[in-house]
Amino acid sequence: MSRLLTSLRRGDPMIWFTGSALGVCILMIAGLILVILVNGLSFFWPQPLVQVTLKDGGVFLGEVASREAIPDPGQPGHLERRRIQLRVGNRDLLGYDFRWIDEDDVAGRERPEHAYFVERREYGPLLGVPVLVKEGETVRAGDTAAAERLLPELVARARRDRAAVEEIEKDEIGEINHRIEQARLEARRLDFLARQEPGRDLSEERAELERQAAGQQALFQEKTEELSRLMERAGTTYVTFRTAGGAEKELRSLDIYRAYPANRLSWPGRLGVYAGRLWEFFSGDPRESNTEGGIFPAIFGTVLMVLIMSMIVVPLGVLAALYLREYARQGTLVRTVRIAVNNLAGVPSIVFGVFGLGFFVYFVGGGIDRVFFPESLPTPTFGTGGILWASLTLALLTVPVVIVASEEALAAVPRSMREASLAMGATKFQTILRVVLPAAAPGILTGLILAMARGAGEVAPLMLTGVVKLAPELPLDGYFPFFHLDRKFMHLGFHIYDVGFQSPNVEAAKPMVYTTTIFLLVIVILLNLTAIVVRNKLREKYKTGAF
Amino acid sequence: MSQDLKTAAPDTGLRIRTEVKAQDASAAEVREPDIVIEKLNLAYGENHVLHDISMAIEDRRVTALIGPSGCGKSTLIRCINRMNDLIDDVKVWGTLRVKGLDINARSTDVIEVRRRVGMVFQKSNPFPKSIYENVVYGLRIAGINDKATLDEACERSLRGAALWDEVKERLGESGLGLSGGQMQRLCIARAIAVEPEVLLMDEPCSALDPIATLKIEELIYQLKEQYTIVIVTHNLQQAARVSDRTAFFWLGRLVEYGNTPDIFTKPKDKLTEDYITGRFG
Repeated sequence: MSRLLTSLRRGDPMIWFTGSALGVCILMIAGLILVILVNGLSFFWPQPLVQVTLKDGGVFLGEVASREAIPDPGQPGHLERRRIQLRVGNRDLLGYDFRWIDEDDVAGRERPEHAYFVERREYGPLLGVPVLVKEGETVRAGDTAAAERLLPELVARARRDRAAVEEIEKDEIGEINHRIEQARLEARRLDFLARQEPGRDLSEERAELERQAAGQQALFQEKTEELSRLMERAGTTYVTFRTAGGAEKELRSLDIYRAYPANRLSWPGRLGVYAGRLWEFFSGDPRESNTEGGIFPAIFGTVLMVLIMSMIVVPLGVLAALYLREYARQGTLVRTVRIAVNNLAGVPSIVFGVFGLGFFVYFVGGGIDRVFFPESLPTPTFGTGGILWASLTLALLTVPVVIVASEEALAAVPRSMREASLAMGATKFQTILRVVLPAAAPGILTGLILAMARGAGEVAPLMLTGVVKLAPELPLDGYFPFFHLDRKFMHLGFHIYDVGFQSPNVEAAKPMVYTTTIFLLVIVILLNLTAIVVRNKLREKYKTGAF
Repeated sequence: MSQDLKTAAPDTGLRIRTEVKAQDASAAEVREPDIVIEKLNLAYGENHVLHDISMAIEDRRVTALIGPSGCGKSTLIRCINRMNDLIDDVKVWGTLRVKGLDINARSTDVIEVRRRVGMVFQKSNPFPKSIYENVVYGLRIAGINDKATLDEACERSLRGAALWDEVKERLGESGLGLSGGQMQRLCIARAIAVEPEVLLMDEPCSALDPIATLKIEELIYQLKEQYTIVIVTHNLQQAARVSDRTAFFWLGRLVEYGNTPDIFTKPKDKLTEDYITGRFG
């Protein structure tokens, strides 16, 4: 009893109480990360294919996606019976990707040796046994064994052919299209000029433009022909797969991205498939309305947007903080401004989105269009969402963080250091530039780190100012002026939302939500780590004396 | 050549004996005044801090300002290079001339004043830069970037501050990595790199250990060959050891100003006597 009293008096319950609160927080965060990691990272792991025969004779082949008790309230067997969810693929044949099967209805299960999991361009995966390979009219493999021997080589060739096709389509024809577009814009500009100055003779320019356009058209024809020749050569090999239901599906080999015998895969083989899928996910473009393929454009867009935002927010925030701390006379007005800035950090982000849309996109962007791009109106150039406007909006959203952190950093620079500089005959500006700012740099970087952490995760304001579901052109490419700040872009945060909730095939896309989340987290962490490393370097350099 | 001199305080039992270095013969002669202060007043807002200070500080002599805390000696020294400008709501009237330049005149460029009047602070305050960059800071902000000039100035100043031999191997290292005494000498090197006419020292040794203090004092002794030095100190022994002239301040007024041995051995004023014998302060 007395021991309990002593313990009470020492305040032990309070220690347990506070300790458990911390424990709960840590558990929740760890749980969150674990759920995302497990769900996201297991997505690419090749599962065995199970062929289920039903009592009524139906046969289904697929990966077991989940298993659960069947809720049947009020009945004696409530939650005793189970059902499995099979990912059966073959959406073009069956009309669905997943199928629930009651375990009571199952007559037999097996793992067919020759069952292949085939990733293809359209309709999700194809699950079946290869039975025939034809090149044109010639049969190159008439049975399963021969087809299996041929498949790896076919897939490798398909990859090469796709790369060749893509090069022609994207790079060469893209280049031509770009020039044709330029010529079209130039023609519109001439029309515009003609309207403005009716007397001017523009026929020479017009003729020149037409000649150019004709040249490009000829080039375009040539390339299109080259492309069709390539397709003729590459697109004539077909592989026929027989599905579990007995249907046969002929698949052009060019459309096969990956094919593996799921039940015969060795461990290194599985790792290979896993690594290949992970790499494809990281580096590839999305396909099938974002439910397949990769997320590279979204990663690129996120990183570029955060970098542009940082480039805007740091100078802006630091200059504002410098004025507030170094130049402004400390009084009621400055205090009010400071409170207002702090409160700005608490404004909901969608409000900034609305402001960005109204001010940056419509007002500033529209103004730029009227002045600099009148020839392309009514098609907006800057007067529509774009990466520049999104970055500016986020910069505005995060600038309070940078101002507050910078102000604190500036205030922490010892007065003696400023006095030393001033006493040497330095002007105030020289003192700030050469002594105060370098000494405050680590603190300013802390502000940037906080700003990046917040900015990289925002989605709501971006949806109004330039993020789209699919942006085939990156904001950075080989065409002058290389940086296309007017372009719309993809963003990981929005991608998560889009894949998870706007996708036509939610069940199939669910794991991608987790994988995309992992990438978003990794990128935010990497961006922050970079800034932290830089900050620690600076801190090392400017650490204040041991006195 | 130091000798023990009893202070001329009346026999009260409580007495502090201050060692006074006997002066060289040259110290006695009166020189051209370098800094002339006439009826200088200063107020922070309503708080009148300096009252009608008038004194002439001689060329290439060490003048010590002593007095209890809050007596205005630091404020006065900061008037000489106009460091008080940094404080809001400060009012100065009266005249202060350094080599004929009216410090407080409207037309006087404060940057010019500070280039001509160097300052060493109580707390050594090297910049978070390399030793080299610390020393040449004054030249850099004056727009001098010629490598040879900077190298020459760096070596000359570090030698002048008796620091060259200790740091010549590591000029690229941070100035903050030095010991307290070395840092203070680095600050002195930084101040003399721009070749000022006057060197102000605001309690330069108050944060240093006795050995480092001794080194700085030796340095002051050497520096007065070239510079007019005004030093504020709380350490009476130090004032007695390093200075040629001593001024005693009390409550913002200059009470007594004269040759150091005279102040310490036969003060004319009762307040001075009480202060140097440790009766208050």
